[in-house]
Order: sequence, then structure tokens, then C-alpha cells
Amino acid sequence: MSSPFRILLKGLILTLFVALILPLFPDMGHLSGYNRIFPGRKRLPFGENPARAYNLSLYNLDAMFAAHEISQPKAAVEYRIILIGDSSVWGTLLKPDQTLAGQLNQRELTFCGKTAHFYNLGYPTISLTKDLLLLDYAARYKPDAIIWLTTLEAFPLEKQLTSPLVANNATDIQGLIDRYDLPLDPHDPELVHLTYWSQTLFGQRRALADFIRLQLYGVMWAATGVDQVYSENYTPPKTDFEVGEDAFHNLQRPLDESQLAFDILSAGIDLSPAPVLFVNEPMLISQGTNSNLRYNFFYPRWAYDEYRIQLAQKADENEWNYLDIWDILPNHEFTNSAIHLTPEGTLELASNVIDALQVKCEE
Amino acid sequence: MTLSNLAIGLLLTLVAAFFLNAQKRAFFIFIFSLVAVYALQPALPIRYIDFWLPTIGLVLVIVLWIVITPHEIVKSRENIFTFGWILLVIVILGMTRYLDGLSFLTASIPPRIEQIMSALVVFGILILFAIFWAKNKSIALGGIILVISLLIAIKYQPITIWLAQTLRSFNNQAIETVTAFDIRWLGLSYIAFRLIHTLQDSIRRRGPTVFLQEYVTFIFFYPALVAGPIDRLERFVKDLRAPFSRSNIEWGFIIERLALGLFKKYILADSLALVAINPQNATQIQNAGWAWVLLYAYAFQILLDFSGYTDIALALGRLIGIKLPENFKQPYLKPNLTHFWNNWHMSLTQWFRAYVFNPFSRSLRGTSLPAWGMILLAQLLTMTLIGLWHGITPNFVIWGLWHGLGLFFHSRWQNVLRVRVSNWATTPMRQQVVNWSGILITFNFVALGWVWFVLPTPQKTLDFFSLLFRFG
Repeated sequence: MSSPFRILLKGLILTLFVALILPLFPDMGHLSGYNRIFPGRKRLPFGENPARAYNLSLYNLDAMFAAHEISQPKAAVEYRIILIGDSSVWGTLLKPDQTLAGQLNQRELTFCGKTAHFYNLGYPTISLTKDLLLLDYAARYKPDAIIWLTTLEAFPLEKQLTSPLVANNATDIQGLIDRYDLPLDPHDPELVHLTYWSQTLFGQRRALADFIRLQLYGVMWAATGVDQVYSENYTPPKTDFEVGEDAFHNLQRPLDESQLAFDILSAGIDLSPAPVLFVNEPMLISQGTNSNLRYNFFYPRWAYDEYRIQLAQKADENEWNYLDIWDILPNHEFTNSAIHLTPEGTLELASNVIDALQVKCEE
Repeated sequence: MTLSNLAIGLLLTLVAAFFLNAQKRAFFIFIFSLVAVYALQPALPIRYIDFWLPTIGLVLVIVLWIVITPHEIVKSRENIFTFGWILLVIVILGMTRYLDGLSFLTASIPPRIEQIMSALVVFGILILFAIFWAKNKSIALGGIILVISLLIAIKYQPITIWLAQTLRSFNNQAIETVTAFDIRWLGLSYIAFRLIHTLQDSIRRRGPTVFLQEYVTFIFFYPALVAGPIDRLERFVKDLRAPFSRSNIEWGFIIERLALGLFKKYILADSLALVAINPQNATQIQNAGWAWVLLYAYAFQILLDFSGYTDIALALGRLIGIKLPENFKQPYLKPNLTHFWNNWHMSLTQWFRAYVFNPFSRSLRGTSLPAWGMILLAQLLTMTLIGLWHGITPNFVIWGLWHGLGLFFHSRWQNVLRVRVSNWATTPMRQQVVNWSGILITFNFVALGWVWFVLPTPQKTLDFFSLLFRFG
């Protein structure tokens, strides 16, 4: 056999060994250029148009957190506050400094003699289980306080596992289900279970490509400070509704508490390594056609009203630090969704949140 | 070119290399090149234009071959057969409209078969006209003008947009959404150079006489269709006619260049593309340091992308017995701009040297211009035309002038300082200092030139230069 063929054959065997036989490529998530070569991101990686946003969605929590500014070592004089929530916390259509965390940081607050730093760990899918997953992961970054914003859409049990971030972190979710006896099925088909092949380099090729792209986009993040497409032309949220449009998922009236994820919320507050301020976030209240039936695209009035009553009762029973500010903002402070805020709306939200934050100083 | 396109090309080429004799191999290259012209053509929003552009290209090539070929050869039996094969390929590709399984052979659905047949009748008349009447130097010159006009029409946005609007109106398609990208003609730049080269050689009575099959294969040779290199007809045909044996295949070269090309193009260049300067991010960059990083990323992206394609083309060509010319030889490691241009896109610069620089320089010899003036004019003209070849915009003109002036100043500088530098660089260490200084200066000059190349307007370019050097 001629020499080039021998080289080719050896190369092919080696490639097959690395790609198929060698189980698992080393966990590369922690290897990151962020916070070293380029600054950490101010929010978790998420992007539907990577080429324009210099950001992308991936499911490797290690890589996602390693890319975030929260991975920097905590200074002795830092009072670390984490914000958890959906796209309204992440800040759809808002620049990093216009998000809730960004606006809170601009206040240059001090707590317990330390400089307060707020970290945006919101993520654009609505699910309490997704919030719990991120909260559980974030605990290792030693937060001093947690602000958890949510809304009824995050509560239905049927949609807890539909977030791609949740579905693709099945092992972590199963751990949470076991630890807190959550009312979720650990074998739910929504969860993506890893097989032997899916753990090989060949099976992980997509994850590996995403990881590399995330690192490369670090350059663009450092160079531009851009991490999403800040479109000024967006469709405003729906405010006119049809007669009879009063359904909320598959839930029946009256709202059945057992179909909502209050246990997951409790677990989150229980596992939290720091005091939690729990916030029922602002939403748009429609004044259009048939708005007597629905508050907005997400909620019929009956469901949302019952949810607020139940949540207030739970907060009261469990002595949660609970802030209900669902109706504080006028409609012009919402952008392309009933929960996405303008910078000015976010500023107003920040004022309300900071007033309710209870700070505990270590002895 | 996508990886799947490349994989299909490689697989079929391998099969051809292993199982076909010399004659069948030449026929395979011919047919596969014809199909590749259609298969690689990008899909376009104007209805059927992505079928008509390759077809028009094909007809143009046939007509121009007739122009440069002696009458008795044109009407030979072999060429009549080749006409037939071309016709058959066009009709079969047109029939894919009705055959779902073969739809990948064309960019989008081809026109109805009766439209294709009608067009072929018109094209046939045109070809007959060429056979009987197009037989003199002025027709060849007219061919050159026609090819240049086509290039201008495709590369000058106002004309391209006007053409696109006209075609959209003709097709009853919305003209509001028209853009210059509505008409993208795969490989036209390279096809044009090959055509001009053969027409010009024909005028000078230099070029070889070739059969239609050989000529079509040369113009549309599938490995070099997308990004060159630009071969010469006499050299190409020599390889095409040479005996081909499987035992002569240079596997070492092919495997090395293929692996290198794939790595350069699909891993390095495509990764660098994410962080390279472009019209979108140029206005978003916030500080000079990162602006330099993005600029250098572009400098390496364009080199790796282009030279990666060339490596793949060379490997595919060699696999089937065609030794395409080298196009890049470590251009960023050259100590001056003249050496850079002797090693960057070499087949293009050789083409311009042969067909622009040398004839133009000769034409200036009878004038009263001093020698340096002749060099300056010839270099400015050549480099400006190279710029315009990439697109007819002020920025490409300035990019050409940038390099033209750079080459001129280098030649002046060399005359003035060469002795002094060589007197100083008497030790190996000093020679290294001179050499690396030259490399650094040349690389940065070229990299800064890329700003003109990549950004669309002079204002955006100047803004970016301001950022790079923090003016104002």
C-alpha cells in the first residue's frame, strides 16, 4: 500500500476512534475566553439570529455561565444579587444596561457596606422549572440575595419541561425532581436523555460547534457590546380579542392549584442559598375589544385573578418576601409582548423592586 | 460551494479517476462541468433566471469558440456531436422540472420545456449565424467588448438593479423588493477572464485550436468554476489530451491539498468569518484595539477562504489529471508589496500582467513620459482594473489605487534605499530585522487596504480608519 494511503488509513482510524469510540469529549464548558480574553456577557447566551446578534442559544450550562460576568471571582466588597426570570428579565429589545439588572447597577447601591452588583440570569423561556434549574446552578456563585420575577405563564405543570434549556439538561432536572420531590415525571419524553452515542464526539458535534461559536462571538461582544438585534420595528402586543377567547392552556375554571407549579416555586425558595424577593412581574392590561375577557395575549381575566389570589395566599402562608406589581405600568411601557418592557418601564420596575428588597447582613 | 456539493464532486471525480480511460475521462469532465454550471448556480428571486444565466453563458461560450476556431474545425463531426450533447444536457436539466428526484441539479425549478425549446431555437439561430458570418478579427474584438459589457452589467449596481427591475416587470414580479443580488451569475468573473484570454490570443494568432468539448471544459472546468484559478487554454488542453492512468495519480499531493483546503476553508475561514470586519459590524465596534482584531481576522479569512478553495480545486483537478496553476504562495510572508502581488491570486495577476500591464506599458514607450511616469500609469491602471473586477464601486477603485500607488512607491523606495539597507544589513541578525520589518509593513499595508475592499462606501471606510487610528 502506498504511503499516502497508509497515512489516510491511519487518519481515518484515529478519527473514528476519537469520534465514535472515545466516550465523551472532555467537558469543555468551563474552558472559556470570557472573563479572560473578553469581558463576561451581561446576560446568559441566547440568540435566534447569531450573525446579527453575536449571540446564540445553546444548552450547556457550564459554557453559558462561564460566558457570563457572574463567573468572575466574587470580591470581598461585593454584595452579589442575582435576578432570575423570563425574557422580561433577560431584556428582549433592551441593551444590556437598559435591563432590570443593568438599571439597578447604575444606581451604585451599597448594602451591608458592600457594593451591590446585580447579575442578570433571566432566560427567554417561561417556565418555573427553567428558573429553578438556573437558580440551582447559580447557587455556586455565592449570591447574597435573589430577585425572582415571574408570571402565571411560568406556572402550568404541562409546560414545565418544554423549555429547550430544560429539555436538554435532563440529568440536572432529574436531580432536582428527586431532591425536591417535584410533581414532574423524570421520564417525561420532553426530556432529552443522553445515550452512549450522543455522548461521543460525533454525537456532541452540534454542542461542540455551538461552544466554539460562543467563544468566537465573544470577540464580537467585546468589540461591539451588542448581544441581540435591537429592532425598532416590532409588532406591538395584541390588545383586541374575539368573543369567547377566555381559555388558559387546558386548565378549567376555577383554576386548579394542583395544575400549577407552586411546589416548584417552593423548592426554588427552599434551595436558595440567599433570601429571595419573589415578584409577580408587570404585564400589559389591554383596553381593546373584549378586554373584559382577557388582560392580554397570555391571560384570560378569570385565570389571572385567581392566580394572584392563590399566589398571595401561598406567599402569606410561607412568609415569602413577595411583591405583586402586575399593574404598575401603563401600556405604552410595553414593547413587543405583554411582558417586555421599554427602558423607561424597566426603570420604574427597578424602583419598585429595590424598595422591596430585604437585605440581610452577615454577622 | 457547500460541503455536500464538494462531497458529490469528489466522489464522482474519484469514480471517474478509477474507472474511466483517457477519452471517457475527458468526456466525463465535459459533462460534469456542464451540469456543475447549473447545479452550483445560486437560486435567484427572479423566476427562471438561475436557469437562463448558465444557459446564456453556455451559448456565449459556443459562439465565441466559433469566432476563434477555423471554419473547417467548427463543422467537424466531433463538434457536431458536442453540440448535440450540450443540447441534450440543457434539455435533460430542463426536464428536471417534471422529475422531483433530480431537482437538486438546478438551483430552482427550470422553465417549462416549451419555453426552453423556444429559447434553444433562438440560440440555435444565433449559433448558425456565428458559424456562417462571424469569422474575422473585429468579431473577436466585439466578443471581448461583449464579455466586458456583461461583466460591467453584473458588477455595476445601477445597471444590475435596472436589469433586475426589467426582468421582474417582464415576469410580473414585484419590483419594490429588487436588489443587486437578484442577478448573481456564478463564476462569470472567471469565465470572462478565460474568454478574453482566448479571444485576445486569437486576435494575436497565438492560441491553440481546440474542439468545442475542450473549450467548454476549459471555460467551465468544475473545480475552478467558483474561485479559479485562471488557467491558460494551451496548458489546460495539454493536460486534457495527455494520456491518463490511474497509476499516475499523485495521491500524496491530492490528499494533502484536499485536507489542507477543507481545513482552511471550512474550519478556519468560516470561523474567522464570524469575527471578521464587515459592513454591519464596522459601525458597531467601540474601540481601536478590537477594530484591529477584526481587521486582521478579515485579512486571514479572505486568504484562507480563497486559498482553501484553490487547494480543493488543485486537488480535484489533479485527481482527474489536470494540473491547475498555483494561486497563493504564503503572500502574507512576503517582505514587500511587489512580492505580495507575485504570490497573491497569482493566476489573476499573471493574467493582468499579460493582457493589461505589458501591452499598456509597451504602448507608452513611444510617448514623452519619463520611465517612472510610465510605471506609475501602468501600475495604477492595472491595479484599478483589478479592483473594478471585484465590483464597480468607488471603494474598489480606491482599493486598486491603494495598491497601485503602493507598488509604485515600493519600486521608488527600492531604488533609493536598497543600497543603504544592504550596507546596513551586514549581519544575519540585521538581515532578519530588515526582512521581518518588510513583512510587517507589507502585511499591514495590505490589511489596511482590505478596509476599502470590504466596506461599501468611502465614508464608512474613513470612519473605520478614524476608529483604527482614533482620529478626532
